Amino acid sequence: MDTQLIKNKELVLNDWFWVVPDTSNEEVKKQAGKLVQFKLTGEDFPSDATLNTVILPEVEKVIVPLRLYLLKTDEIKKKYKEYGIWIYSHDELDLFNHLKEDINNFPVVGVYVEKFADGRIYSLGNLIRRKLSYKNDLRALGDVFKDQLFYLARSGFDSFLIKEGYDAKKALLGLEDFSYSYQGTLNQSPLWSER
Amino acid sequence: MYKYDHYDSKIVNQRVDQYEDQLNRYFNKELTDEEFRPLRLQNGLYIQRHAPMLRVAIPYGLLSSNQLRTLADIADEFDRGYGHFSTRQNIQYNWPKLEDTPKILRKLADAEMHAIQTSGNCIRNITTDPYAGVTPDEIVDTRYIAEILRQWSTFHPEFALLPRKFKISISGSRHDRALVKTHDIGLELVKEQDNLFVNVFVGGGLGRTPVIGQLLKEKLPIEHLLSYCESIIRVYNLYGRRDNMYKARIKILVKALGVESFKKHVENDWNDGENSSNHLNDKEINRVKQFFTSPNYETVESIDLEDQFREDHNFLHWIKRNTREHIKNGYRSVTISLKGKKQTAPGDIQSSEMRVVADLADQYSFGEIRSTHEQNLVLADVEEKDLYDVYSVLCENNLGEANIGLITDIICCPGGDFCSLANAKSIPIAKSIDNLFDNYDFLFDIGTISLNISGCMNACGHHHVGNIGILGVDKDGSEWYQITLGGQQGVNASLGKVIGPSFSADEVPTVIKEILNVYVAQRDSEEELFIDCYNRIGLDPFKEAIYKN
Repeated sequence: MDTQLIKNKELVLNDWFWVVPDTSNEEVKKQAGKLVQFKLTGEDFPSDATLNTVILPEVEKVIVPLRLYLLKTDEIKKKYKEYGIWIYSHDELDLFNHLKEDINNFPVVGVYVEKFADGRIYSLGNLIRRKLSYKNDLRALGDVFKDQLFYLARSGFDSFLIKEGYDAKKALLGLEDFSYSYQGTLNQSPLWSER
Repeated sequence: MYKYDHYDSKIVNQRVDQYEDQLNRYFNKELTDEEFRPLRLQNGLYIQRHAPMLRVAIPYGLLSSNQLRTLADIADEFDRGYGHFSTRQNIQYNWPKLEDTPKILRKLADAEMHAIQTSGNCIRNITTDPYAGVTPDEIVDTRYIAEILRQWSTFHPEFALLPRKFKISISGSRHDRALVKTHDIGLELVKEQDNLFVNVFVGGGLGRTPVIGQLLKEKLPIEHLLSYCESIIRVYNLYGRRDNMYKARIKILVKALGVESFKKHVENDWNDGENSSNHLNDKEINRVKQFFTSPNYETVESIDLEDQFREDHNFLHWIKRNTREHIKNGYRSVTISLKGKKQTAPGDIQSSEMRVVADLADQYSFGEIRSTHEQNLVLADVEEKDLYDVYSVLCENNLGEANIGLITDIICCPGGDFCSLANAKSIPIAKSIDNLFDNYDFLFDIGTISLNISGCMNACGHHHVGNIGILGVDKDGSEWYQITLGGQQGVNASLGKVIGPSFSADEVPTVIKEILNVYVAQRDSEEELFIDCYNRIGLDPFKEAIYKN
């Protein structure tokens, strides 16, 4: 099967269209007020202007940026059979507070990581599961390949869209890198409980 | 000491498999340089000036004699017959071949060792007091807590790719020998009515922006230790700067937010540790604790060594400088100096010397060795009646230098001779200072003082907390050295102040001599230590003397 999507420990057909705004013309600004000053982008990124230029594709199932969903909720609800949302690794968790519906209404929530070395995705996974009690498919998007999968799975993710050009079949093996883990996670007791 | 069970062995062996696969994919161009970099770093592998450098973890500085022999074998088989003890209590090899690294890691795994998280932007080796368990000023033995932290931090799924490296240190004594206030997280263990608590310090660090850590949480019950650390690191992971590596350490975040605001974020996430799956229980604490019980000490009387060895001044000097009090009557802890005249660089040790130390440990110290952040080795439990034998063997093998805590016990990073980050060389500077002291009387007369050298502002040589600190700086492409005075580690940790414009390598020994002359002239008695004298008279007298010419 020609697919880059791993879900529940197997390769599966990807029938979700992942909507990614074209940000090539946006200036990346560093620094801004309060906590956000430590984000790569202090101001909203992408800007609302960029989000407004996104053309919604003619497909059945989409995953759209959360802020795009907030801008065009009615249109998205009307247009698609199923829709999920995704956030950037620099987005604040507070962004989800703007949703009027329960996060568990979304079958898929994604976190996008632009660069492999950006480890915020792991903590965001933890928070989305723990603080927002999200129960459905949590998906890693972007610069995702074999070497993150074991950690991502333990941080609450259950599906992984492997970056184009990387062998998804090999990546799948990354989930089995270790038979045991020392520390507990949201859904796993620490090793000491077995000892 | 801690012994691996089948779980530990499996984890460490699977890590070697994982790494070997990563290396093969890198060789097959399935991983780019940029992608392979964080992966190899998390296994302690740097690409340096001459060759890769491999850093092997020595968890909280504790080694068995057989592990030290394995390190010696690796030095012979894969390197140039020596290793270098670092200021993080680890050991580094400067000349391995990239393709040999899986074999080295395999060999380490067989000896219950690894190179996991010795580099990279993750939680590094947990460090602690090298005299834990044997020092009379101890409140709590830190070793089992350090082991619990080691396990928890190993492959923590959330913290593999932090904004920057993350260092945790833990102390359980009245005198802090673990530098808790200059760590990203510093933990101070305290006891009240047999209950264990932790004072949690955060945001300390050396590097180019030295900061003394601030108290974040007082008297945290021990069962919350892991979940609280998790919340601290989670806040850092999400909000620490990633756009500028020089501003990416947690200290910058804590400083920018203020410790109170930082704490709010942490506590909001932590939520009293409710529902944390890493809530420690007594069963686990006791399980790990039983690996660190006292060895079978003999019941013996203390010996009056001073009387017995009246004639042997060298031995008595060594006793005074290189051994220290022990909790058990008739025992002392021996610190073996790796800063002798014969050592090529501070912290360096030949494979033959490692085997000598391993044999001594087997014969006289229950088969255990500790490494110190001052880059020396410790035999923690030596009977006083054996001290002369130990000393004699050390002297025969050029390891008998009696200079612990003296100015020639220099802490020094590998510097520009090896490290690709360095602005300047540090080893030749250490050697040139060492050469000032052919006269041992002068050395002993100066007494306890610390001199730390870093080849660049990353501060691997801890220059900020040296009584005298030397920092290599780059000025228009040439190597210069900036000198600081008044730094100090311990409970009263302080950062040194820059004395003035920097010096050339040739000038450094003269300047150091001048500093010491001022001290000797100004001290109110022979008992007044350099740091106390400095704190009393301040920077100016030193400055005047140095820059008058």
